[in-house]
Amino acid sequence: MLSSTLASATSVRAGPGTSYLRRSFRLLGRIPAAWIGVAIVALLLLAALAGPAVAPQDPYHISAAEKLRPPSPAHWFGTDDLGRDLLSRVLTGARISLAVSAVVLALAMTLGVGLGLIAGYWGGWVDEALMRTTDVFLAFPRLVLAIVIAATLGAGLSNTVFAIALSWWPWYTRLVRGQILSLREMEYVQAAVSLGGGPRRILLRHLLPNVATTVVIQASIDIGFAILATASLSFIGLGAQPPTPEWGALIAQARSYMVDAWWYPTFPGLAIFFAVLGFNLLGNAIRDAFDPKLGAPVSAPGRRA
Amino acid sequence: MTRYVVRRFALLPPLLVGVSLLLFVLTHLVPADPAKLIAGEHAGPEQIAAVRHAFGLDRPLPEQYLVFLEKLCRGDLGVSMLTNSPVTADLEQYFPATIELAASAMLLTIVLGIPIGVVSAVRRGGTVDLAAQLLSLSGLSFPIFFFGILLQLVFVRWLGWFPLSGRLGVTAAAPPHVTGLYVVDSLLTGRFGELRSALLHLALPSLTLALSSLAPTVRMTRSTMLESLSQDYMRTAWAKGLASVRVLLHHALRNALIPVITVLGLYTGGLLGGVFLVELIFTWPGVGLYSVNAITALDYPAIMGTSLLLTVVFVLVNLGVDLLYAVVDPRIRY
Repeated sequence: MLSSTLASATSVRAGPGTSYLRRSFRLLGRIPAAWIGVAIVALLLLAALAGPAVAPQDPYHISAAEKLRPPSPAHWFGTDDLGRDLLSRVLTGARISLAVSAVVLALAMTLGVGLGLIAGYWGGWVDEALMRTTDVFLAFPRLVLAIVIAATLGAGLSNTVFAIALSWWPWYTRLVRGQILSLREMEYVQAAVSLGGGPRRILLRHLLPNVATTVVIQASIDIGFAILATASLSFIGLGAQPPTPEWGALIAQARSYMVDAWWYPTFPGLAIFFAVLGFNLLGNAIRDAFDPKLGAPVSAPGRRA
Repeated sequence: MTRYVVRRFALLPPLLVGVSLLLFVLTHLVPADPAKLIAGEHAGPEQIAAVRHAFGLDRPLPEQYLVFLEKLCRGDLGVSMLTNSPVTADLEQYFPATIELAASAMLLTIVLGIPIGVVSAVRRGGTVDLAAQLLSLSGLSFPIFFFGILLQLVFVRWLGWFPLSGRLGVTAAAPPHVTGLYVVDSLLTGRFGELRSALLHLALPSLTLALSSLAPTVRMTRSTMLESLSQDYMRTAWAKGLASVRVLLHHALRNALIPVITVLGLYTGGLLGGVFLVELIFTWPGVGLYSVNAITALDYPAIMGTSLLLTVVFVLVNLGVDLLYAVVDPRIRY
């Protein structure tokens, strides 16, 4: 997933901006998987925005009389061990998962892209120091590092967000730095330098826009994994704490009741699966359509090998 | 080649020092004052100061780091607050179970993933291919902890084919300790009852853990196989009239395997992260379960020790993968 994008890091030959974008979007529209992805993501966004309004019940409403009821017309997804409506809880969870993964990516991207720009542009010891730092972070298995950081910060959703972001930024730093190294030598950058452009202007006006595409492609692939990572950390007790209806936390609570209530872990689990699947389909399609190295020349819709 | 190996090994110590430094920084980021934590809730300021002095927490940070590093080199990872025994001893006890789980998951990934990838490339567009595409697409998106729970629901609760959790049945005694891996040990000592029990217990956890690495392996094998099938040397091989098995395995697969090995190396990281989830679900007594229990007990030395161990394993696996390239691909000369 990352390696293929990294491999193409050298080639950003965005021609006149609009035609490249238009061509890529047209290409994206021809990939059937992209439409499935768009549909799932749209549903998710809808659930996140309108969830609390359309939820049949208050997701925190406890009803001792309706404990562990199987799915029925009254409770489509059944009820949990405290008689709460599972559909309402899963719907509310959509907002949490989307918000969390958006913040994770925003943090990881800001830090990662910023440091990547600095490392690639200044080179020398700054580059050396930053790259050796990413080496250390990347030496850890991703989830292991996130777990250690989250554990030292203490359980809780915001600490988890921070922990995942802190274990993800080096990927963006590497990606951006590699591109900057080659972009730095381009004529238009040299021209800007010789015209007296300061580092800030060069970085923000000339270099950042050119790495933006690759970063967005990477982010669209990573967002599904951010949802997975958050749910995983919540599942082992680090992320969202009960009674927050975060999907991973719901499954963790459901484990003790799964013998009698198959629906309890199943619906939150399916929610995670479809959310991640939607973003993965969309992300892969975006990569195929927008990656300048893979992209343009092939026009046949059936090109996905 | 020798020079490359030497250089690759020379890079190892600085990387491990970096890893230890990062872990040290993390331990000192802990918002709670560790001295207060150790001294207990009702300790007065003098007692906390005494603890701080006794544990060297009042010394300058660089000095504390050197002490930490020196202890690390002696294999001293501190004492687990949960088990009251040295973390190193705990890890020694729990690590074999984790190795057994991760190794069998990796084995499953290889023996299932590569053949499926090869078949779906050779019979492109066929039933196997479509099934494999679907599997690798959903496998990547499936949360492995949910997959484990589904397997438990279907194969344990409803069908009753496999045991729910643990490494051995209650009636079976652990085989004599040789390697610590129950499957290997019971095989070596000829205890087939235990072997059967160990394998039955291992099946679902290792399948669960293998899920996340199986998907990319199938996908990668398929696409690199497709690529090497279309090469000129393949046409030459067919034209020479070689047997198809030989052409496919010797000419196509061997060349297709190199990128697959990279993916396997990378996904070892995924496997090692996954042990936390899988061991929790199946109550598999390895370092992952040890560490998850440590998290709830705020047992920092145990968490640090486990993550250090898993990271060292990951670093060594990646080193091994890099060296393996040279063996698999005779074109690579360093």
